[in-house]
Amino acid sequence: MNSEPAKSDPKATQYLEYALRTVSNFRQKLAVWLEPAHLEQLRPLLQYQAGVLGGFALLAAILLGVADLATRGVIELRLQEDLQANLEQVVPAELYDNNLLKDSVLLPSADANLGAEQTEVYLAKKQGTVNAVCFKFVAPDGYAGPISLVMGIDSKGEILGVRVIAHVETPGLGDKIEVTKSKWVLSFNGKSLNNLTVEQWAVKKDGGVFDQFSGATITPRKVVQAIKRGLEFYKMHQAELLNSSQ
Amino acid sequence: MNLSILFSEQYRKIARDGLWDNNVVLTQNLALCPLLAVTGTATNGLGMGLATMVVMVASNAAVSVSRHLIPSEIRIPIFVLLIAALVTLVDIFLNAWMHELHKVLGLFIPLIVTNCVILGRAEAFASKQPVMPSMWDGLMMGVGFTAAMVVLGAMREISSAGTLFANASVLLGESFRFLETTLIPEYKGFLLMALPPGGFIMLGFMVALKRLLDRKAVAKSTEPSVIDAIVLEEGA
Repeated sequence: MNSEPAKSDPKATQYLEYALRTVSNFRQKLAVWLEPAHLEQLRPLLQYQAGVLGGFALLAAILLGVADLATRGVIELRLQEDLQANLEQVVPAELYDNNLLKDSVLLPSADANLGAEQTEVYLAKKQGTVNAVCFKFVAPDGYAGPISLVMGIDSKGEILGVRVIAHVETPGLGDKIEVTKSKWVLSFNGKSLNNLTVEQWAVKKDGGVFDQFSGATITPRKVVQAIKRGLEFYKMHQAELLNSSQ
Repeated sequence: MNLSILFSEQYRKIARDGLWDNNVVLTQNLALCPLLAVTGTATNGLGMGLATMVVMVASNAAVSVSRHLIPSEIRIPIFVLLIAALVTLVDIFLNAWMHELHKVLGLFIPLIVTNCVILGRAEAFASKQPVMPSMWDGLMMGVGFTAAMVVLGAMREISSAGTLFANASVLLGESFRFLETTLIPEYKGFLLMALPPGGFIMLGFMVALKRLLDRKAVAKSTEPSVIDAIVLEEGA
């Protein structure tokens, strides 16, 4: 850089001028560097190619990282709202007067094949008595990936409702497990391990009582199996859950 | 911004290419993977088409801006990187701020990465053209793609289930419930059409129809008119 003219200006102005000049120098250099003619010379160079690829990867990583940080809290909130809404769908409002999301017990479920080491069971209490429970679980072996479900069970072990929260099944075929696309999941209402035999807990193709969809057998089969495992998991902890009344 | 540019010869050609002459599905026969996967219903086709269109406009813009920077030897990895990053951004933002829409479109968005037409437009057009024509190209190709998806989805939906635009209110909001119609009540259903083979069969019909129309148009424009015939006679 050329030497600063020795004047009696205050130092701050000097620094500002210097900074401005540096910036404009840099911008000029960048403009020259970005000239298509100059870039054309650079493009065949191996080190330039490696640099450009690395630069784009860095840019993409930064963008995605910033976007993830900026939205993580919002998405978390949305998922909470979804969970709340889902729990309300599977447990009728007249069965509880507590805040479901705040009243829960954590149970080990590593052996139950419900997609998690521990399952959070939300307790629906009315005046301190547990009327029903609901919990999220996963069918880890859906046709295209895991299927997240939420289920409400009353104190007698009968299903109050089941809903699919998230899945990646084939649009138009396997997505009939969603309640907005088909009434299929409503067919579980009122079913329990007591009023259906082990063999009946299957899709019709396997000799059970639940419909499969035309064009998609694996998805409903895995959902039925997961719901059955969910009921077994509940049965195992039934006494413990119902006694946590106080 | 001067809008009259949209009627210039270049922009009209881009529009004609995207919508009809060089239509992604009907002429280029690209993007068949998402096409056959999601066009079981017209609504799904519409959702996938719109999401693809947004990504295509953005990716064409990004590729066009950086076209002088990118050496041809490594252009493909860079295009793929840009497209994958854009699709992920769209996915994240939709999830955070348009959560209801994301619940419906969520299935389709990751599929956009597999859509070779986006890479195709980046390679064939955006990497050689300025930003504005590139974005216009992305938009028009996107509209052409969406139209083909909706038509194919509608034909498959009508023949497989007898309905049209089922679940449109889930995708577009309650005010679009009027679109949901049952054309053939008591229809028993024709499963083949909902499955990928049905997609191929219907696509075959659509491509054939387009060829037929194109051929007719060519025949019409080259058919010697009465005046031509008179001139020819006088000349002879």
